[in-house]
Amino acid sequence: MNTLALGFDRTALELRMYSREKEAVFFSFLFPILLLSLFSVIFSSQFDDPGGMTAGQYFLPGMVAAGVVLTSFQTMALSVATERDDGTLKRLRSTPMPPVAYFLGKVGLVAVSSVTQMVLLLVVARLAFGVELPTSPDRWAVFAAVFLLGLVGGTVLGVAYSSLSTARSIGAVVIGPMLVLQFISGVYIGWDSVPGWLQQVAAVFPLKWIAQGMRSVFFPDGMASTEMAGSWETGRTLLVLAAWAVGGLVLCTRTFRWSKRGTV
Amino acid sequence: MTAAIRVRGLTKTYGDHRAVDGLDLDVHHGEVFALLGPNGAGKTTTVEILEGFRGRDGGEVAVLGTDPQGAPRGWRDRIGIVLQTTGGLDLLTPREALRSTARCYSHPRDVDEVVEATGLTEKVDARIAGLSGGQKRRLDVALGIVGGPELLFLDEPTTGFDPQARRDFWALIRGLAEDGTTILLTTHYLDEAEHLADRVGVIAAGALLALDTPAALGGRRTGEATVSWEDEGVPRSLVTAEPTAEVARLAARFGGEVPELTVTRPSLEDTYLGLIAPHVTTATEEVPA
Repeated sequence: MNTLALGFDRTALELRMYSREKEAVFFSFLFPILLLSLFSVIFSSQFDDPGGMTAGQYFLPGMVAAGVVLTSFQTMALSVATERDDGTLKRLRSTPMPPVAYFLGKVGLVAVSSVTQMVLLLVVARLAFGVELPTSPDRWAVFAAVFLLGLVGGTVLGVAYSSLSTARSIGAVVIGPMLVLQFISGVYIGWDSVPGWLQQVAAVFPLKWIAQGMRSVFFPDGMASTEMAGSWETGRTLLVLAAWAVGGLVLCTRTFRWSKRGTV
Repeated sequence: MTAAIRVRGLTKTYGDHRAVDGLDLDVHHGEVFALLGPNGAGKTTTVEILEGFRGRDGGEVAVLGTDPQGAPRGWRDRIGIVLQTTGGLDLLTPREALRSTARCYSHPRDVDEVVEATGLTEKVDARIAGLSGGQKRRLDVALGIVGGPELLFLDEPTTGFDPQARRDFWALIRGLAEDGTTILLTTHYLDEAEHLADRVGVIAAGALLALDTPAALGGRRTGEATVSWEDEGVPRSLVTAEPTAEVARLAARFGGEVPELTVTRPSLEDTYLGLIAPHVTTATEEVPA
């Protein structure tokens, strides 16, 4: 079989394993949808200005951003570290499978799980919480660009990050910092309520830019004034995300190891 | 005909420690070769070098005529590796794992046939997480042979097996050998080597100490034997290089049947332990303060 066919085969296998892993399904796939539902219900009374934003609308961009990093970065970092430790990578390497097929399988997994998640998230936001989705093609173009760059960056950075730890501690090493990052990047709490100096810290990492890009898609234009620069900075957002994606790719190809430390 | 595995002067050093120290080894096509040795003898390092998982510091290595270091993908198409543990497959079924592995090879074996040969038919659609240790090990073998390899590496395949599972496993391996698969086996179990191997190599301190058929290893066939008998109710025994003459002498003395007569050659285990004795430092037990 050629590499592409094996890549599709790996994708099917990855999806099968992902869907059977309850933790993955809950903490990366369903989590943003559950949180959006929860936040929309809990905070509904604080968003009761007639004509103002609803809680669902307010939290949607953050949940979209969380979905992007959870299905790409978190899934990759956890799965690759585990597979390096439990011998999966060694086993695959003992076969004539081209290594590219393994990565194609991972890319396929991220693509299918994140697109499905995003569709579900938007459907839930629209139907259950009445969030008005944008109608202009420009906004959807920005959405697509931020979504794609976010996923590519998250995937390669996740693979690179997996080398930092072993399977036993990778959960803590990934989920801890991710949680902090989500809080300071305006995912779970409004960006405008994050203190300035923490906003500066968050601005170093891609999640803040994904969230900002998604706010520019789903928020009314008037909200742009609450951003750090007082505008959506769409060009800058795409540039930062592209830089992270390229940097992540270089890092990932430089640091990737098939086996645990100490072996070839 | 070239050897399936040819090793000359192989060395591998970790820091100051020479894990493999000038090892020479030939494994012929179609034979089952067992590599024996105490822990730390360099067995696993050697096998991992042969499998292409580890680099070497010196010497020549050819596995199916190819240097495993930097071997092309096509080379992996012809070898099978049974790893010490199969992790990461818990969420799949044996059928799914075997199918996806088989697809990587250009001439794979039929999955159903491999399932049957490894005795996994009943569990073929069950989650691997729920398989017993022995079943998982048989799955490891199934994964190693599903690509239809010419050469199979088996690293300590039956560790943790119950006696029946080991017998079944040995039958499986013998079946593969009869089909012409060359097999390199490492094991701690002497009876396993005796049952399966055409030839046995004993390795200690990174070099080959002895190499022979299991029956002849270390001069077992011709070395001294122990003759035991009973003389007026008292057990007697004698170690001699000429047991036949001793038995004849005893027969003459007793004028017929010698009570409780046995003649024993050293077991493979005795021979093996004798061979490696100079290389094994006895672990000193620490006395708690």
